[in-house]
Amino acid sequence: MGINVTKPGLLSSIQDLGRNGYRKDGIIVGGAMDGLALRIGNLLIGNAEDTAGIECTLMGPELLFESAQLICITGGDLSPRIDQEPVKMWRPVFVKKGAVLSFGAGVLGCRTYITASGGFKLPLVLGSHATYIKAGFGGFKGRALKKGDSLEFANPYTGAQARSNWSADLSKLYPGIQDPVIRIIPGPEYDWFTEEAKQALQRQDFKLSTAADRMGYQLESVELPLKQARELLSSAVAFGTLQVTGKGSPILLMADHQTTGGYPRIAQVVSADFSLLAQKRPGEHIRFKLVTVEEAHALLQQRAKQFKQLKHTLMLKGIL
Amino acid sequence: MEISSKDIRFYPLGDTAVILQFEESISDQVQRTIFAVSHFLDEYSFEGLVEYVPAYTSVTLFYDPLLISYSEIVQNLGEMLDEIAIEEPVLESAILDIPVCYGGEMGPDLGLVARHCGLSEGEVILRHAQPDYLVHLIGFAPGFPYLGGMDPDLEIPRRESPRAVVPAGSVGIAGKQTGVYPLSTPGGWQIIGRTPLKLFDLDRTVPSLLKAGNKLRFVPITELEFERIANGY
Repeated sequence: MGINVTKPGLLSSIQDLGRNGYRKDGIIVGGAMDGLALRIGNLLIGNAEDTAGIECTLMGPELLFESAQLICITGGDLSPRIDQEPVKMWRPVFVKKGAVLSFGAGVLGCRTYITASGGFKLPLVLGSHATYIKAGFGGFKGRALKKGDSLEFANPYTGAQARSNWSADLSKLYPGIQDPVIRIIPGPEYDWFTEEAKQALQRQDFKLSTAADRMGYQLESVELPLKQARELLSSAVAFGTLQVTGKGSPILLMADHQTTGGYPRIAQVVSADFSLLAQKRPGEHIRFKLVTVEEAHALLQQRAKQFKQLKHTLMLKGIL
Repeated sequence: MEISSKDIRFYPLGDTAVILQFEESISDQVQRTIFAVSHFLDEYSFEGLVEYVPAYTSVTLFYDPLLISYSEIVQNLGEMLDEIAIEEPVLESAILDIPVCYGGEMGPDLGLVARHCGLSEGEVILRHAQPDYLVHLIGFAPGFPYLGGMDPDLEIPRRESPRAVVPAGSVGIAGKQTGVYPLSTPGGWQIIGRTPLKLFDLDRTVPSLLKAGNKLRFVPITELEFERIANGY
């Protein structure tokens, strides 16, 4: 027993924290665009951090619960409702058998995550549940969810309903997703660009175009020209790589980016700001701020500490 | 093998990867070095290393910054490269035969390629099946090889409008490049044939048939032979 998809929403897919170890075979890491939201959503209902959940985009799905389950909704606020009643995010929610989870207006952010206690019953493909849509494997049948799909829960929920009646302070752990400032580290080809391009990178606004999806965001901005035309042999790229095409237009690579690319990499977004990026919508503006690798690592260490504190709190509550 | 950490530049790719950049242009020496580094990393991983991606003139290592710092990983890699230099491994990859049924339904663009290049269809096949190709890197899609070594007389631009579906195993040409589509995907390359081999198979322990550094040769086969290989006898 599990969930029946009565409306799929704009793009709803099963994602975990990605498929590591196969980049050299051309297999993308993929996984949740906002991995932080998914991790928190899992912890709050006692799951392992990397349990797969449903990633919903801008317009959420409509899901009929064919059996009761403890769930959590995190990430962007797409106005979740259960049987038409608004439901709180960032806390465990007990959903009764026969209830319908639906979404309304996108209030804040772009992507929301639904986690279920124990996760979903799906086959692991190369060690992950992440849906790799382009290659057609992983997740639920290797594709986005469609009307009529039945997603089975890994475990029926047998715990107490009362476990849902609390919330944790996550203000330090999860960033204010309205913040337009994205921190970057200079990329391998940073010095190939003109001084003007380097200045513009830090001073100008960049607008997410409508071509913004799980593979990458095309950005609208002033041109970022190279000092001189140079050919780059394809090399590895990553989530958050800011590459600049021959026309001087920047593209920000996201979770489903190809493993290698041949455009000069002017910068790389720090991992700590991936949630901010994942929650930006087409049409929104962002700005970039340069930091060092050491500063970026300090941000990650700080986050790891906050995670530890959250886990400690959850252990005291008997959740983990 | 003449490699030393002094000849290699290290760049961060953000806060979770470091790029080992060898010379800027493709050469046998660089390719052998990259193959040696890859082989070494397969045998001797270290704490904090997540995975590595070899490419034309670089190897990128992804790491967990909570387990290892940037300066530590650069130091580790420097020591590792000196160790590889001492070992002097002679790593020559065997040449793999990739059977290809050229033309007909499996190679719908063979005639077009022949006309464009001013050759007969038979000559295109001969020239395409002649060289030993080097797998520079796997990218673009699961198991997709970027091959070096194609006869320059076979160059042809990609199709103006891509096909919605290029069947798995299709062998194509785009500009100076030739390659094989491991999965059935949309694609804009000129398709001249198809291999019955599975370049990507999730049921295998190592799903990708090829890896960077491999050498291969295309061997022309008939439709009958194609069927026989595809059906496993």
